[in-house]
Amino acid sequence: MLDEDLRSDLQKRGIFVASFEDLYNWGRKSSLWPLQFGLACCAIEMIATAAARFDMARFGAEVFRPSPRQADLMIIAGTVTKKMAPLVVRLYNQMAEPKYVIAMGACAISGGPFKEGYNVLKGIDRYIPVDVAIPGCPPRPEALLEGLIKLQKKIEGQRLFGPNRARHADTRDAADYPVPSYGAHDLEPPMNPAVFKPEPSRREAE
Amino acid sequence: MNDVLEAIRTALPQAIVELVNNPGPSAQHSLLVGRKDARAVAEFLRDSLGFDFCSNVSGVDWPPRKVKETVLNTEMVDGVEKEIKTTVERDVPGYLEAVYHLYSIRNKTGPVTLRVRTGDRDADVSVHSLTPVWKSADFQEREAFDLFGIRFDGHPDLRRILMWEEFADHPMRKDYMAPDDFEYEPTPHDKILAKVKARTEAA
Repeated sequence: MLDEDLRSDLQKRGIFVASFEDLYNWGRKSSLWPLQFGLACCAIEMIATAAARFDMARFGAEVFRPSPRQADLMIIAGTVTKKMAPLVVRLYNQMAEPKYVIAMGACAISGGPFKEGYNVLKGIDRYIPVDVAIPGCPPRPEALLEGLIKLQKKIEGQRLFGPNRARHADTRDAADYPVPSYGAHDLEPPMNPAVFKPEPSRREAE
Repeated sequence: MNDVLEAIRTALPQAIVELVNNPGPSAQHSLLVGRKDARAVAEFLRDSLGFDFCSNVSGVDWPPRKVKETVLNTEMVDGVEKEIKTTVERDVPGYLEAVYHLYSIRNKTGPVTLRVRTGDRDADVSVHSLTPVWKSADFQEREAFDLFGIRFDGHPDLRRILMWEEFADHPMRKDYMAPDDFEYEPTPHDKILAKVKARTEAA
């Protein structure tokens, strides 16, 4: 890594020095293209965020892509029903790395008010890795922007080389996540244990 | 409601139609129609009485239940006739019910509530579809088929509408058990705690 003092010294003389990693991450974080799909009422807030008043374009994320092949970011905006969950996982698989997921709203995080029901998935993190979770029902556009900034911070800190490198830079990791199938009583499997690792409950551990 | 009932009885004397009273303050009484007569009664209501709009179709699940009735008996006790109250428990077998709410846009009347019952909850779950009479019943009959398991004979496209095709259960039935994928809670309580305890004891 470049010494910070040397870097600022050079910058005063009109020479901008950056590592390839910083430049690469800056480019990625400044043009996050979300996948254009909404699942429920959170999608209305997502649309408001993208429209003129809140203007997600200020953060370089205004190009909602109608194809998963061109998208970097999946905003799970709304209730994921069990009927919809396999399609969401399939869309995620179809996105090219590097890819990120924002779980927007209580339903996408945990099932929200419907979590005791029979037809709503209790959080999309049961099947795909979630980078940022935004609480709210629905979250206001400011909250979605805050979540986007948090994701940009995360991208900024991702390493491309070395043992702690990001998932998309790590070729050892298979990128496909199993798509659940429709079973007679529930989705099969009901969760992906490779992704969904909740802490053991406190009383269970006692 | 009574004049509707009278009109049906005059026009279709062989049809089984009963008035089911609602004792509550809303006093929304309904007509219980025999399974075989539902189609004829529906057509009569639409064509002759002007009920041109079916606003709502819903299912009701009635599991087998016990009904307590008090019966007055006269008995001879020590040579004296006495009236003795006894409580009799009667088993009522379970059935499913399809409920139709009808309005007349033309006459500005309604709702008239039709109930059609199936024979039981497992094998004999067919009723006549009223979709050929009122188009608006189409999706709602599919919903009742999906969530309650009522089969509507004569429905043009009887498929599940909310759950997936491979799904085997009927989630709105009283005895439906949701799959055990209860949400992780850091400090579980109530029902979730009971489930967590049962799971740890089994493991």
